[in-house]
Amino acid sequence: MRKYFDNRRLGRIFIYTILALFAAYSLFPLYIMVITSFKTMAEIRGGGILLPPGTLNLESWTIAWSGSGECTQGVACTGMKGYFANTLLMVIPAVGISTLLGALNGYVLTKWRFRGSNLLFGMLLLGCFIPFQVILLPMAQVLGQLGLSGSLVGLTFVHVVYGLAFTSLFFRNYYITVPSELIQAARIDGAGFWRIFLRIILPISAPVFVVSVIWQFTQIWNDFLFGVVYSDSQSQPIMVALNNLVNTSTGVKRYNVDMAGALIAGLPTLIVYVIAGKFFVRGLTSGAVKG
Amino acid sequence: MVGLTLRDVRKNYGDVQVIHGINLDIIDGEFVVFVGPSGCGKSTLLRMIAGLEDISSGTVCIGDVEMNDIAASKRGVSMVFQTYALYPHMTVYKNMAFGLKQANTPREEIEKRVQAAAEILQISEYLDRTPRNLSGGQRQRVAIGRAIVRDPSVFLFDEPLSNLDAALRVQTRKEIARLHERLKTTMIYVTHDQVEAMTLADKIVVLRDGRIAQVGSPIELYERPQNAFVAQFIGSPKMNFFSASDLTSGASSLLNRELSDDLQVGIRPEHLSITDSANAVVEGTLELVENLGEYALIHLRTASNVEFIAKAEKPPEVPKASTIKFGVKPPLAHFFDSNSGARSA
Repeated sequence: MRKYFDNRRLGRIFIYTILALFAAYSLFPLYIMVITSFKTMAEIRGGGILLPPGTLNLESWTIAWSGSGECTQGVACTGMKGYFANTLLMVIPAVGISTLLGALNGYVLTKWRFRGSNLLFGMLLLGCFIPFQVILLPMAQVLGQLGLSGSLVGLTFVHVVYGLAFTSLFFRNYYITVPSELIQAARIDGAGFWRIFLRIILPISAPVFVVSVIWQFTQIWNDFLFGVVYSDSQSQPIMVALNNLVNTSTGVKRYNVDMAGALIAGLPTLIVYVIAGKFFVRGLTSGAVKG
Repeated sequence: MVGLTLRDVRKNYGDVQVIHGINLDIIDGEFVVFVGPSGCGKSTLLRMIAGLEDISSGTVCIGDVEMNDIAASKRGVSMVFQTYALYPHMTVYKNMAFGLKQANTPREEIEKRVQAAAEILQISEYLDRTPRNLSGGQRQRVAIGRAIVRDPSVFLFDEPLSNLDAALRVQTRKEIARLHERLKTTMIYVTHDQVEAMTLADKIVVLRDGRIAQVGSPIELYERPQNAFVAQFIGSPKMNFFSASDLTSGASSLLNRELSDDLQVGIRPEHLSITDSANAVVEGTLELVENLGEYALIHLRTASNVEFIAKAEKPPEVPKASTIKFGVKPPLAHFFDSNSGARSA
């Protein structure tokens, strides 16, 4: 008996050691980024890339966020805050609209089937496999015709359209597990299409909402290609700004500012994962639908 | 309280017809059971009455009003579903109140009706719980409660007991019977279980492949099945079927009937009784005895290799493989046309 527990314990230690190694391996770049962002350029030049900073130097964060004040044009001068705001202005409506429309699509495709609805779903699915690059040119033409070129609204529009295929798929696959008898019961109770959607379907959709929001937020926040193609200097999103900050070909390369900028750009996605991920697990474990 | 009239009701899915012209009259206050094997169209027919499925042709009238183009919520029907279909995010109270709210019923009226229904079904203490925190039986009561508060002119039940365990099923069956007695509302009940049909119904509608096989009171269906399908569907264990060659040479005169290959003879297991050679209609070798205490089921095989079952009070005291002779009172034998399956007088 004693022996059994010893073996079990050894196994545990082994597993946790391996897991700790993996975790360290994954977190290592983040560690480098964080400590580098707090170092002065002198410290960075002095080597010791793994060593923590001597003092907590916040200057690079200030420069990355609000600029150095030495010039007036470009992200290196103005900092990322304007672009951060740009991106929020685009991401929030883009995630919201594409998720709500996806929910509506999923609802119609599963609970209000019509002739050809399966074909439509197949075509929507195909949308998930279209690479970004393919639609660059035609989308640019469409945006031009709509008068939305080089604007945040245009960029939001592109992300909504591109995200619809994915959100529709998520919601469709979730709603297919919701018993149709629920909708029939609501119909007999006198609720119509919209009432059922708002009062019955949406309230039980929390888990898939979280999935859709995480997915869409990550996609749109991290997008570079659409951002660089469809924006002008006023409407650039954060990833483009980060690129411009890091890829400056003039002057000294300020690694600490680069790292601070990259952390600023990456933080919102991290926060969304931490907050929504918790609800995600909660939603899955509460068995919300089976009634 | 109103009756229903179905006239030549049909349902097509594309080119496939699943309901083939149903004609049916349901009297005010009647408890009607649609019964049949899975895929016979009984649920589809119920959904057409409810307004959840379109009626391809024919008419459905509730009372004197044609319902074909009237929305489900305006037909004055309530439906109880097999999976209960309770709104999972709402409390029991809200589940029951939802329909009334949609109809803009005043708050006090809703409160009154929900409390009254909850009392009838003894679910008053669960009103604040969500369906997740209820047992299967309690959920089914809530589903019935939700149907009651709408004060419908017709109740529709779609296999309401099939998700419950055996003990609960018997109890809930009794409660539904009591509910009908109390409300005296027209009820239409779909099941594939002939025991539910026999115990609950004033009138049974046996369906087969989208057609009515027979309509009648439970006892009519048991005593005078109009065709071989109904004969086999109603009663447990199933009615035995024999052709002339499976029976003894004396069978024809004992049954007082000219036997031929065109005729099938149906005899229920409970109507076969052990007898002597002179009175034997059929004989078989003993294969298996299932002793249930209250009665015994004797499984046999005729010389012509047809299996049949006899129900007896006690197991026969003979070894396996011995031959046992059975007789039947002539009025309890049924005759069906071998080809059409229709009852032959």
